Amino acid sequence: MATKTVADKQAATLSKQEIQRYSRHLIMPEVGMEGQLKLKQARVLLIGTGGLGAPLGLYLAAAGVGRIGIVDFDVVDFTNLQRQVLFGTSDVGRPKITAAGERLRNLNPEIEIEAIEARLSSENALELFQDYDIIVDGTDNFPTRYLVNDACVLLGKPNVYGSIFRFEGQITVFGYPGGPCYRCLYPEPPPPGLVPSCAEGGVLGVLPGIVGTIQAAETLKLIIGKGSRLVGRLLLFDALAMKFREVKLRRNPDCPVCGTDPSVTKLIDYVEFCGIRGEEAPTRVTNIPEITAKELKSRLDRGDDLYVLDVREPHEYEISNIHGHLIPLGELPRRVHELDSSREIVAHCRSGKRSAEAVEFLEKAGFRKIWNLKGGILAWSDEVDPNVPKY
Amino acid sequence: MAVKVIIPTPLRAYADKRESIEVQAATVAEALAALTTQFGDLKKHLFAEDGKLRSFVNVYVNDEDIRYLQRDQTSVKAGDTISIVPSIAGGAPKRGRVFPWPRKR
Repeated sequence: MATKTVADKQAATLSKQEIQRYSRHLIMPEVGMEGQLKLKQARVLLIGTGGLGAPLGLYLAAAGVGRIGIVDFDVVDFTNLQRQVLFGTSDVGRPKITAAGERLRNLNPEIEIEAIEARLSSENALELFQDYDIIVDGTDNFPTRYLVNDACVLLGKPNVYGSIFRFEGQITVFGYPGGPCYRCLYPEPPPPGLVPSCAEGGVLGVLPGIVGTIQAAETLKLIIGKGSRLVGRLLLFDALAMKFREVKLRRNPDCPVCGTDPSVTKLIDYVEFCGIRGEEAPTRVTNIPEITAKELKSRLDRGDDLYVLDVREPHEYEISNIHGHLIPLGELPRRVHELDSSREIVAHCRSGKRSAEAVEFLEKAGFRKIWNLKGGILAWSDEVDPNVPKY
Repeated sequence: MAVKVIIPTPLRAYADKRESIEVQAATVAEALAALTTQFGDLKKHLFAEDGKLRSFVNVYVNDEDIRYLQRDQTSVKAGDTISIVPSIAGGAPKRGRVFPWPRKR
């Protein structure tokens, strides 16, 4: 691709140290001095420094991409370390871009790292993207995915896309001149209610490593202009089956952003577009009768006859439990006969969301003495028994 | 004709955790009907209330998107593979947040 260079200011040559550092690239004709200088002049913006951003940042910095921008607003937490290999245990609690910036500068002091502590938004995206040749999307939510796509199409910049779910990844390059965009593939995001519940969440730690390194490879190929680009092809990877598959991806002439008569000509409100009204559970579950962890504890201590129903999955019960009777939410309809509607029942899950659904279901089934444990096992750990691990 | 339908990870929970299912069908519509007959819970994830495929779910016969063939009337032959590919958003998903849009601006 045509990389607009920042090299007007800097001489497009490699120093002696750089020649040594990049020698395994230089001796390979597909990269060579020409390719390495293109890398040095390239400017790549990474959106997100999470599971995908970690291998991306490391490999692009190691390869000598001259300027790497990283955008994030989060701090490192313990649950990140299972897959976000940019960070160490001592980074927990630090802003991600600070920790990532240090690590990448240490890895390669020859390049420039621009650490941008910001939440990407419709207000700042175009301005941020302006200074870069290639945008790499390593975010974790639909609103940002659509925002990155639309901004890339509007600016005519390629968007190296990767996304993951549990054991499965999808990788492609959107927004390449003449190629399709994310909206050609998926015109709309799924409505919030219709995605797998948190019981099905999680991700195999190495999966973002595999998907992120594929994104890094495509980014390097776009810069040096070699090989066959992952444009118009969606690569599907299943780590469980250990299979790669590929399907064709076409540009949709009626696409609202990149089509012949686009209806989206500026950035919109992507949170609204994705139908998300904040992180709380939908309003339909707000009238659920609730009991707090402290109230439950004191009632149990008093010897009240309460039936504690745990609606999580068996593998979650193994992580931590408060000795409830386990009936996973999905099995509740056919196992409802196991419950005695004359007894008082307290349903709980991890955070209180699934158990709210369980309470709603059981109320409809005629149960009258049923409560939802507010905040679930997390609240129990915070308010009653800190020995119960949170996950 | 026996065709293989590959179930994506997010939908396996509604299909007895199966990776793929073999069905007898001559068209994509027949294959998906056979699938949702066997696994009723899949229906609302694949189809909107008007019976159309949801816009965040794409279906491919081998490597071709059925939107660029004859949509659900696309014919299938023995040995074909139908892939269901829904959109996934994850990069570094936080536990328990399928839509991890953390704080309201």
